[in-house]
Amino acid sequence: MASQSTPRAPRRVAVLGGNRIPFARSNGPYAKASNQDMLTATVDGLVARFGLAGERLGEVVAGAVLKHSRDFNLTRETVLGTRLDPATPAYDIQQACGTGLEAAVLVANKIALGQVDAGIAGGVDSASDAPIAVSEGLRQTILAANRARSAGERAKALTGLRPGHLVPAIPENVEPRTGLSMGEHMALTAAQWGITREAQDELAAASHQHLAAAYDRGFFDDLVTPYLGVSRDTNLRADSTVEKLATLKPVFGKGEGATMTAGNSTPLTDGASAVLLASEEWATEHRLTPLAWFVDAETAAVDYVHGDEGLLMAPAYAVPRLLARNGLSLQDFDFYEIHEAFAATVLTTLKAWEDPDFCRERLGLDAPLGSIDRSRLNVNGSSLAAGHPFAATGGRIVASLAKQLKEAGGGRGLISICAAGGQGVVAILEA
Amino acid sequence: MPDLFTTIVSSPVARKVGVPQPTRLRRYEPGMPLCEGPVLVAGAGRFADGIAAWLGGEGVAAVSTLTDAGDTVGAVVLDLSSATDPAELDQLRLLGAPAVKALRRNGRVVVIGTDPATLTDVAAVTTQRALEGAVRSIGKELRAGATANLVLAQGDAHDGVRSAVEFFLSGRSAYVDGQVVRVDESTSGDVDALRPLDGKVAVVTGAARGIGAEIARVLARDGATVVAVDVPSAGDALATVANEVRGTALQLDVTADDAGSRIVEHATTRHGGLDVVVHNAGITRDKLFVNMDDDRWRSVLEVNLRSVLRMNDAILGEGGLADGGRIVCVASIAGIAGNRGQTNYGASKAGVIGLVTALSRQVAGRGITVNAVAPGFIETEMTARIPFATREIGRRMNSLQQGGHPKDVAETIAWFAQPGSAAVTGQVVRVCGQSLLGA
Repeated sequence: MASQSTPRAPRRVAVLGGNRIPFARSNGPYAKASNQDMLTATVDGLVARFGLAGERLGEVVAGAVLKHSRDFNLTRETVLGTRLDPATPAYDIQQACGTGLEAAVLVANKIALGQVDAGIAGGVDSASDAPIAVSEGLRQTILAANRARSAGERAKALTGLRPGHLVPAIPENVEPRTGLSMGEHMALTAAQWGITREAQDELAAASHQHLAAAYDRGFFDDLVTPYLGVSRDTNLRADSTVEKLATLKPVFGKGEGATMTAGNSTPLTDGASAVLLASEEWATEHRLTPLAWFVDAETAAVDYVHGDEGLLMAPAYAVPRLLARNGLSLQDFDFYEIHEAFAATVLTTLKAWEDPDFCRERLGLDAPLGSIDRSRLNVNGSSLAAGHPFAATGGRIVASLAKQLKEAGGGRGLISICAAGGQGVVAILEA
Repeated sequence: MPDLFTTIVSSPVARKVGVPQPTRLRRYEPGMPLCEGPVLVAGAGRFADGIAAWLGGEGVAAVSTLTDAGDTVGAVVLDLSSATDPAELDQLRLLGAPAVKALRRNGRVVVIGTDPATLTDVAAVTTQRALEGAVRSIGKELRAGATANLVLAQGDAHDGVRSAVEFFLSGRSAYVDGQVVRVDESTSGDVDALRPLDGKVAVVTGAARGIGAEIARVLARDGATVVAVDVPSAGDALATVANEVRGTALQLDVTADDAGSRIVEHATTRHGGLDVVVHNAGITRDKLFVNMDDDRWRSVLEVNLRSVLRMNDAILGEGGLADGGRIVCVASIAGIAGNRGQTNYGASKAGVIGLVTALSRQVAGRGITVNAVAPGFIETEMTARIPFATREIGRRMNSLQQGGHPKDVAETIAWFAQPGSAAVTGQVVRVCGQSLLGA
């Protein structure tokens, strides 16, 4: 009998760099660009930055939240259109706004296990070039006609057609099980936690100011490649202030207590991002210097349908589990990247970690996680300024945080991304 | 895409009614023979025998008389490097005139002389200086894509002369006409003719489009690993070029204080060294001198000149450009002849010529060469936007009666970059088809 092979020890996973196209508000400059167009340009920009033309990588993993049925093999089709070796395998994933970070987790895990040596994780979304489907009634009628065995049966099936069937089904930013939009969900949570309008506007203004400053100091020179004539995120307002944001009318929530505006919520956005991950050996062979190490990740989900937890609260659960596994406290980080789906999301999450009752009752902790040094939060801006093409946000954050850690000469960073369906993906990078 | 005017004047009808038709120039492609037809090598100078022997080794028929060549020749190489008395100039006419008459399409006239600057005898200086006037005049008389150029040797070493003669004979110099190149006594040894830049790491600034993109392509074709540099806002076009040449893209503004060190860092960490730097990035901001504002003046000098000076400090510093490395700048005929509305640009490009002269001496001890090309009318997106009449004049006012291609500029730069061009330094070669401007 052949002897059983012993498992290999996991390897360190390097974040070598990233690339994204500037994010653009929907129905703007990328209105006619498809997900595949944007992801192809993004991957090709990454290929150019790292000299990967003709290179066969272990895999490319990416996804889109809003996806046409024709794009069933989006990532593989994208790879075939790039300068990568066509022998590079690829697959799609989808975990709502967690897609990009989850893709990085998957590639990193395969690298750690020695199954691949290098790979690209990415994500793309177009809120402009959205898939529009035929109505359910029309779809059922056509399928019935298709199943028919005779002309008569077919004619009979088609008599089921009704004028109302011609109204197409347009994707909505709505939770299927509650019928509430993500903003409406967030407004409930924000009200529950008493998040003020001022605090949200402050966070939004800081996001714009940080992102603008990062562009100005050339931080994005090797993280962003222009696309269709756009070289900076179109949502960015460098001159954004708390005063200006205070003039906006609330769009989510009801009545006097409504605090969420278009200024402190992310707009619908088009864009794509990609990150290059590799083993230490592969990096050395390719003369590439790791920016940071992809240390660990955790995904959590909450029951926002039947339970009483907020839709976007899952990261609050994922982080303590990740910290415990790695023997860290919330304060052991030099940088925090908390995805700004809404300013209120970030503020609620931070408040929950400071709250003894929440930490005890929901997280089962003896003491609250505590507060963080806010000057370490989203130091180069986040989604409120850059915009949020759902699946592309993870790649944006991983690459930016890795570079920030490298620039700082080392340190540890925490990534937290909330997602639809009551999910959250969090990760630790170290340099 | 040719414009309407070009389509009309190059149509069969136009040809029939006698509109002069530019010759389709023979441009280098890998594997192409050095020269089409036998090469007449004549003259009593000290290089002729070596050139004839080398040509034979390259598989090119070198003949010493027209009779041996049959009816026509592809090129004529006249070695007058030992002429010390004006009476010896007769040889130029006696040997050259019948050969020029027998020259095929896209033929070549290459004259070898001795650099007058290395001579002291008045008659000898006079004689050698006279060659320049003769060669430039021959260039203006030649037709059918033929060119005439002069190689001036500063000593007895063959390598530099051979490199320059090879360049002028080949299709690499298709749009180089009426030029004088001085070669020193540096030696270079054997070079891989098909991939002369094999193993070299070359940086090209302004590589996203136009001439810069073509430089990247030609250097990569010749074997170099190319780092394509351009401003972040041109990053998408830059990525396309970098991927095409299987190099890397470096988004960087050359006017940044740390541009030079970032280039060095990228080239050495990612590719293990730095051998060739092509300072191609440049801008124009035209305005008549009296109306020139601060921004136009400064930005042009900053991008075209001061950034090059600054980057060179880092590039030539510790751990930067390798010994035996190459720096190539892009000047312009506007820097030689001046151009209306381009005081800023003309100043920057003339400054580049000064830089090349001074820096080449300073780094000679390390085997580094510093040279410049000065493009004339090159068919690019930029020249396509010039108003019709001005464009046609620019295009036609040269001995080859046509505009050059970005590739022509790139080929000259690639020649400077070759290891075989060690003896070529401090030179400014115009790629202008012997333009009437700045002649």
